[in-house]
Amino acid sequence: MTTPEDVFRRTWPIVVASTARLTKDLDLAEDCAQEAVERALLTWPDGVPDNPVGWLTTTAHRIALDRLRREATLRRKLPLLIEPAADDAPGPTDPLRLVFTCCHPALTRESQVALTLRLVCGVDVAAIAAVLLTGEAGVARRITRAKRKIAAARIPFRVPPDDELPARLDAVLKVVHLVHTAGHVGSRTGLQDTDLTGRAKGLARMLVRLLPDEPEPQALLGLILLTEARGPARTDSDGDLVLLADQDRSTWDRPLIRRGLALSTAALRRGRNGRFALQAAVAGLHAVAPTWAETDWAQVVTTYDALMRAWPSPVVALNREAARSRLPGADLNAVLCKIDDLAPALAGYPYLPAARADVLARLGRSTDAAAAYDDALALTTNPVEQRFLARRHTELATPEPVAGRVPGSARAVRRRAGGRRPE
Amino acid sequence: MARYVFLMFDAEDWYDTADEHSVVDEMRLHEEFMAAVREAGAEVVGGEALERSSTATTVRRSEGGPLVTDGPFVDTKEALGGFYVIDAPDLDVALRLAKACPAGNVEVRPVMELPDDAG
Repeated sequence: MTTPEDVFRRTWPIVVASTARLTKDLDLAEDCAQEAVERALLTWPDGVPDNPVGWLTTTAHRIALDRLRREATLRRKLPLLIEPAADDAPGPTDPLRLVFTCCHPALTRESQVALTLRLVCGVDVAAIAAVLLTGEAGVARRITRAKRKIAAARIPFRVPPDDELPARLDAVLKVVHLVHTAGHVGSRTGLQDTDLTGRAKGLARMLVRLLPDEPEPQALLGLILLTEARGPARTDSDGDLVLLADQDRSTWDRPLIRRGLALSTAALRRGRNGRFALQAAVAGLHAVAPTWAETDWAQVVTTYDALMRAWPSPVVALNREAARSRLPGADLNAVLCKIDDLAPALAGYPYLPAARADVLARLGRSTDAAAAYDDALALTTNPVEQRFLARRHTELATPEPVAGRVPGSARAVRRRAGGRRPE
Repeated sequence: MARYVFLMFDAEDWYDTADEHSVVDEMRLHEEFMAAVREAGAEVVGGEALERSSTATTVRRSEGGPLVTDGPFVDTKEALGGFYVIDAPDLDVALRLAKACPAGNVEVRPVMELPDDAG
């Protein structure tokens, strides 16, 4: 049975977006949508009405009109969102406008994430604070500031024109991907119980539906499904992290992999070789490999080469080196040099020393590998990752004591609490 | 329409090297920019080029009364060298114009809209 909560979640962006059109003010639109939901909770105990979207939208609009009328004389006159043109009727693309407004490049990435989660997904401030690893008060201030900027600087409420669409869409997809990654990490650490991966998937689906001609939303949805398909295999019965190399591939969700592959292949066929299409391609290559050893590493490396062109970043370069180290007859010393070259750009990134450690171990340099695992351990605050790295450390050929590295130790907890600067 | 101020920040060595030719070149760039503004459905409603920041005088509030100091309020390597006041339909148009503006760095600030009776 559909619960009112399901309905709220599904309809929230439509209600906020269409009310924003009426109020020309995101703040007021959000308030009215919230009040409509509260009224629904009071009047829907016997069941959800036949047209819940219509019910909520009409109620939110009525509340908005009441308030606008009441405040007409008091309100400082700020024509906030852009006036819709005559032929620009409210419609199914309203949530898309809302997403593009929330992810406008004139806002910081954190503000984009916070606004999208709040206004498009209806996630509460406490859960957003968990995603951004910051305090609730800070998130609330950030959202208020961002909404004020949208109003004062006149960030338009529209889908960008074709010539700006790829760049603007990229910002939206980055936000969705970030929400998905946060949900993924969160589910591992039990930091939060909000279904962030589900929210990210919902956003990706919406983008696919509303921008059917764009390959990258399809690719992102494919990437999300391919990641989700491996979900249960990523942790063992104790909740510990299991590397792709060691995962039980029989537990992967095959139908989900097929859907993910279909989406990412369709995106790749468009030939634009976007960042998410290539990332999904890498995920797909792993998903179809019968075993870790039988992975098509040459193709993985080629895909990373293309990814470096689409999205040059040191993290991609590191992943490419890790893949190169798996090629038959790979020159591990050369790979190690390349990884070391990336160290300045990736200071503080725990996967760099972890990748180093892995290569060092395969070179038989277990003492150096142990030191590299120690470096990696010192850089992560995630208890699951810490346990994983500690385990890798102890599994080295010449085991050495893991002195002072008790996972979840007081030191790590302190670092977690104090490591991020509150706003 | 919304009103924006474009604050143009640049290195100041231009003032040392500028001759008649470079001033003419610079003015042509700004004329092209103003044409682009009109083409975008926006309008330049004001703007000035400023003398170099070392000619500025700053009056600061302090406990002992206003304090007059030589130089700009904030001394930066790239200094405020001029501004435009531009009416544009929205921030997207304003940012597109800022990208076309002949200046090293452009800060785009919305002008506050005051209630009509605030005079």
